Amino acid sequence: MKSRSITGVVAALTAAGLLASCSSSGTKAASSGSPTAKTSAPAAEKVSISVASLLPGSTPAAVKQFQAQVAEFEKAYPTIKIKSEQYQWTGPTFAAKLAAGTLPTVFTVPFTDGRTLGENGQLADLTSQAKALPYFSKYNPQVIAEGTTSDGKVIALPTAAYAQALHYNRTLFKQAGLDPDKPPTTWDEVVADAKQITAKTGKAGFAEMGKNDNSAGWILTTLAYSLGGRMETGTGKASKATLNNDKTKQALQILHKMRWDDKSMGSNFDYGWSDINQAFSAGKVGMYVSGSDVFNSLVSTDKIDASIYGLSTIPIASDPNAGVLGGGTLAAVRPDAKDAEKAAAVKWIDFYYEQPLVDQQGAVRNAQTLKASNQPVGTPALPVFDKAQYDLANTWIKSYINVPQAQMKSFTDNVFGQKLAAEPAASTQSVYHALDTVVQAVLTQQGANIDSLLQSANDSAQSAISQGK
Amino acid sequence: MTRTVPERSSVSVTDPTRSTAPPAAASSHEDGAAVRSQTPRRRRRFGTPRTWVRGGGLTSLLFLLPMLLIFGAFSWYPIVRTVIMSLQHTNLVQPATWVGLDNFRTVLNDPLFPIALKNTGYFALLALIFGYPIPLAAAVLMSEARRFRGIYSALAYLPVVIPPVVAVLLWKTFYDASPQGVFNSILGWVHLGPYPWLQSQSWAMPSLVMESTWANAGGTIIIYLAALTGVNRELYEAAAVDGAGLWHKVWHITMPQLRGVLLVTLILQIIGTAQVFLEPFLFTSGGPTNSTMTIMLLIYNYAFGNSLGGDYGAATALSLMLAGFLALLSLVYLRVTRSWST
Repeated sequence: MKSRSITGVVAALTAAGLLASCSSSGTKAASSGSPTAKTSAPAAEKVSISVASLLPGSTPAAVKQFQAQVAEFEKAYPTIKIKSEQYQWTGPTFAAKLAAGTLPTVFTVPFTDGRTLGENGQLADLTSQAKALPYFSKYNPQVIAEGTTSDGKVIALPTAAYAQALHYNRTLFKQAGLDPDKPPTTWDEVVADAKQITAKTGKAGFAEMGKNDNSAGWILTTLAYSLGGRMETGTGKASKATLNNDKTKQALQILHKMRWDDKSMGSNFDYGWSDINQAFSAGKVGMYVSGSDVFNSLVSTDKIDASIYGLSTIPIASDPNAGVLGGGTLAAVRPDAKDAEKAAAVKWIDFYYEQPLVDQQGAVRNAQTLKASNQPVGTPALPVFDKAQYDLANTWIKSYINVPQAQMKSFTDNVFGQKLAAEPAASTQSVYHALDTVVQAVLTQQGANIDSLLQSANDSAQSAISQGK
Repeated sequence: MTRTVPERSSVSVTDPTRSTAPPAAASSHEDGAAVRSQTPRRRRRFGTPRTWVRGGGLTSLLFLLPMLLIFGAFSWYPIVRTVIMSLQHTNLVQPATWVGLDNFRTVLNDPLFPIALKNTGYFALLALIFGYPIPLAAAVLMSEARRFRGIYSALAYLPVVIPPVVAVLLWKTFYDASPQGVFNSILGWVHLGPYPWLQSQSWAMPSLVMESTWANAGGTIIIYLAALTGVNRELYEAAAVDGAGLWHKVWHITMPQLRGVLLVTLILQIIGTAQVFLEPFLFTSGGPTNSTMTIMLLIYNYAFGNSLGGDYGAATALSLMLAGFLALLSLVYLRVTRSWST
């Protein structure tokens, strides 16, 4: 009897200790590289790096195509050996892998985290290798800034950029008597259309990510930006949190109206990023907000029927500050990479991620690869370089395009006229996380006190900012 | 007594030799060790190394070694690391800095901490109200069954066989809050609902407890069924002769006979529910509005909630506090229930 309950306590302690055990090995793995980091290998010496490859669960065809690219790279750089690892960025797994030192040498992170990880010394300094790239000066300044620390170190290279967009179900629009070629262009129209969709089809007219994993806060920030709000002023730890601004409040009131007055948001309010993609692909959602490139995931993960898909821009209010929230992906390198590994890593980033954007041969090779494995080619993105380069790259791959670009016209025609705004720079994830609670309260509690919720969210965001968390 | 006397005399013999020995000899490490190993306290406890070896000490050590190594590497060392890390500030990439009790202060000042504490208590309470009596009642009824007892226990145990994550994801689908959801459809046939299940602050926690009870009852039922077979049937027959009904038999015979097992399952359940993680993590991530945020989920969020690398200090500090609390609770529980258990 006694030994039983002691076992229970030991189990509790072990559970607590597990946390330490998985991370303690990481300290060793991560630090073991640093003392030798200065001793760089001679140029001719063989160097082996691991790289993030495809999403787990990718089709055999896609894997084969990826391996073909690796072979081509190794042919071009005979001294570099590539080991590929399947990789998907998710907040918790990334944090754990980072701490445990089990990330591949080259991996991707969202714009959201790049700079802060760099400031914290958690990414390798790629300044000299990156600046040697012939096209380095041509990066869109706003985009390369996402991979540059405040003291000018380049710690990651942008590989893709997107703007937040409105995704809508053309079939539900038709069923509700709405014109699928004329998606809403103001928030009032979004509210009205959502109401009509719910009334006519019984489906959620407008759904929103509401999960407590920062996605709810991310979408609320998008809404607030589009009305002219901002979540922070200032820079770094001295930033002032402004979560409780009027525009955030207005965005919440729009959600509150749809949820409680119009009842046009369906019954589920805890969607995460992938859950809402799934629900949308299953035809349960009339409209939702997510990144403009999400169609790629809808195809490769959720097997959407492409004919229902429509893409438009986020409605932007007339406020001079109103803009569309942007984001993107950065390729980065482990902080313990030696110089030779860093050089090899940047060569891989150049070959795999950047050449398709700047070089005709690279672009065609990439488009062929994707098309051969039935992955989407031609999903709208934002330029990582300038607009001219983006348009040029699109002409190279014209014959490979397999996405319904006509159904994305409302977006591609209008996005370049929108003011693009970057995510809150300081403690981005903490700001989103503070807003998660507010969104959840508004969507699950009719009498939610928006003012006091925003005030306490602002307090916790402010404390995270000043602690640099 | 007769044994200790010669030992003492041996000390009085060795000590003078040590003090009178030439400095060169005394400085020799081996000599010093030999002398020290003969001190009475050590000898009384362990004997000399030679007798320890002769008594099979090496063999026992050899057999113990695998267990010592495995427990050391995967259980004791992590516990030590947890204690160390709870006093440090580290992102596990850069060198750690010592911060004393700062992490404990951070946790205690976190506005989420009292919420998590309250929610964990609420979960434990609901689980106790529903999850504790249901398996007992089921076990008693099943042991009374004359036929198909094997089928009943197999059915009761089935949920335990389903992998917990699969079970939660399955129930998450059942809990779909739209009128077309599985539970809402079924309840709709009798004109109930639709209910919000996981989408409401007041419904979320009871929904979690319902799944948890369903998933865990089977294991406890099997324990009770096993214990029930140990109850002497003659007691029931004697009671029946005295005119006792089912309820009296349960109350006056079954319950007292199961006392020991009941006390164990109670503390195990309390320890288990205090560490509830899977359900809030997979069902709700602690939402809506932190209404299902539990202590273990808070620990997880400290460590892994932020993709920039977590607050491992705060996570380990709270882990230690939880472990300490549970250890203390178990001790008090054992002390209090000692006289009742056997």
